[in-house]
Amino acid sequence: MIQLENITKVFQTKNNVTNALDDVSLHVKKGSIYGVIGYSGAGKSTLVRMVNLLEKPTSGKVYVDGKELTTLSTQKLNQVRRKIGMIFQSFNLLTTATVYQNIAIPLKLTGVSQKEIHNRVLKYLKVVGLEDKHDAYPSQLSGGQKQRVAIARALSHEPEVLLCDEATSALDPETTESILSLLEQINREFGITILLITHEMHVVQKICNEVAVMENGRIIEKGDVLGIFSKPKSATAKRFIKSIFHDEIPEQMVEDLKDKGQIVTLSFVGESSGKPVLARISKQFDVFPSILTGNITQLKDQPLGRLVVHLEGKAYETAKAVLFLQQEGIHVEGYVPEVKLSV
Amino acid sequence: MFERISEFTDQWGIDIWNALLETFQMVSISLLLSVLIGLPLGVLLVLTRPGKAFENKFLFNLLNTLINIIRSIPFIILLFFILPFTKLIVGTTIGVKGVIVPLVVFTAPYIARLMESALLEVDKGVIEAYEAMGIKTRHIIWHVLVRESRPSIVLGLTIATIGLIGATAMAGLVGAGGLGDLAYRYGHLRYEVDVMYVTVFILIILVQGLQTFGNVLSARLKKN
Ligand SMILES: Nc1ncnc2c1ncn2[C@@H]1O[C@H](COP(=O)(O)OP(=O)(O)OP(=O)(O)O)[C@@H](O)[C@H]1O
Ligand SMILES: [Mg+2]
Repeated sequence: MIQLENITKVFQTKNNVTNALDDVSLHVKKGSIYGVIGYSGAGKSTLVRMVNLLEKPTSGKVYVDGKELTTLSTQKLNQVRRKIGMIFQSFNLLTTATVYQNIAIPLKLTGVSQKEIHNRVLKYLKVVGLEDKHDAYPSQLSGGQKQRVAIARALSHEPEVLLCDEATSALDPETTESILSLLEQINREFGITILLITHEMHVVQKICNEVAVMENGRIIEKGDVLGIFSKPKSATAKRFIKSIFHDEIPEQMVEDLKDKGQIVTLSFVGESSGKPVLARISKQFDVFPSILTGNITQLKDQPLGRLVVHLEGKAYETAKAVLFLQQEGIHVEGYVPEVKLSV
Repeated sequence: MFERISEFTDQWGIDIWNALLETFQMVSISLLLSVLIGLPLGVLLVLTRPGKAFENKFLFNLLNTLINIIRSIPFIILLFFILPFTKLIVGTTIGVKGVIVPLVVFTAPYIARLMESALLEVDKGVIEAYEAMGIKTRHIIWHVLVRESRPSIVLGLTIATIGLIGATAMAGLVGAGGLGDLAYRYGHLRYEVDVMYVTVFILIILVQGLQTFGNVLSARLKKN
């Protein structure tokens, strides 16, 4: 549905040049929810603004629904933009207009008939759960309600794609949850493809099918959410995952335990999460696993468990135990091989 | 006391009333024309500035400089300075007709500046949201930029109108009449101090009323 090909974006200001995007390619499948995560300044906003050409790429191509956008005339581009909804961190509503008008005015300006406008405003205010707020002004609404109005405004154009630029970053945790649920519902009910950017991993965890990790204008890792969560490769991805599990072990403890074995992180996915593997390795091998911390969390479609375990035992036995765990479909992170196994 | 008032009204009522009408006439006509010129100029200043939709260094600098030049000239000097231009435009340099031209030349650039600062206050995010919805630039100008800055525009116009009332006081110099002229001619030149006090009093009421009206209207448009 959305395809970015080799996008670079260079911002040139008086005293410096910023490579905000450096050869970025991205493919968002129709009907999926794709998350882009990265720290501040990574280039996330610049990336999402490429999709509706709010920012023009220095080089590269942008396809939405098979159509290349960078070569379109202003008029054609406006037509395409009407099918690409966008919501923002700061909501961006007219402060001088009511909730109803905030949705109706853009519809009117894009040539929708008066009767149809009325139907759509009612319909989409209902979808976002604000039927009783028609005549309120944005200043009378909470942050979550303002974002709902913005979502209704985007939906009212019946788009195929919805872009979200840090749509929940200004909201408290509970409101964030409710907005995320709403986005997921929209994706399910209307089949709208969603591309969202965020710096909060739990947003990705909760609703995304796929994720890309950005750093310094590049995508350093991408794939389905389960894969990235259970087998993160880059240091940045690992840090983001840690922020979900909070399974940092105190340094003093790490020092003390290092002498008597190894500390490994085990990720359990799907059916492997049900097996009593620790009991089995302690029985089959000469190792003593002890759980330092553990956590299970729900990804969009399945649970994912993480255990930080101290494996005490001889190097050879430990190596065999780790191999066994891997064969059971468990991702083992942090293991430092000390001996070679001849299998 | 009452006798004095009715005596005063008999003697000066008509003159003051006529002067008030002349002031209204001069202010309203030149305000209307100034808005018609100033608002688009303000929009142009905002759109052509570096980094905006229709970035145009040349046009922006030209407008900017021109407005600054006109705004540095005191009205009384401007009034005489552009006499030939006035003659060219309306065919006369005296009376209400003759004073409208310099009043507009004086006020339009001022309004352009007030519009400019009002429009610049509008949240960039909202404009962006409308661009993202595929809405034409001219619609964005009217339905977002101008609409969202209405409270500031109203306040700006209030200030401009009050400035305009002040400027019309000098219109007497080209025989256009008005309250200021009345106060000056009778009060100052002929020592009819009562006339001066009354006209000054009316001017105070006028300005107070206008400012209050502007403030209330602006607050009602604001909604937050
Ligand atoms: N209009 C601009 N002019 C110059 N530099 C810009 C512009 N927009 C973005 N940049 C630069 O490009 C880089 C990426 O910015 P971007 O806004 O995409 O980051 P981000 O990942 O969205 O960060 P945040 O989480 O803080 O929003 C930054 O170094 C930023 O300073
Ligand atoms: Mg950003």
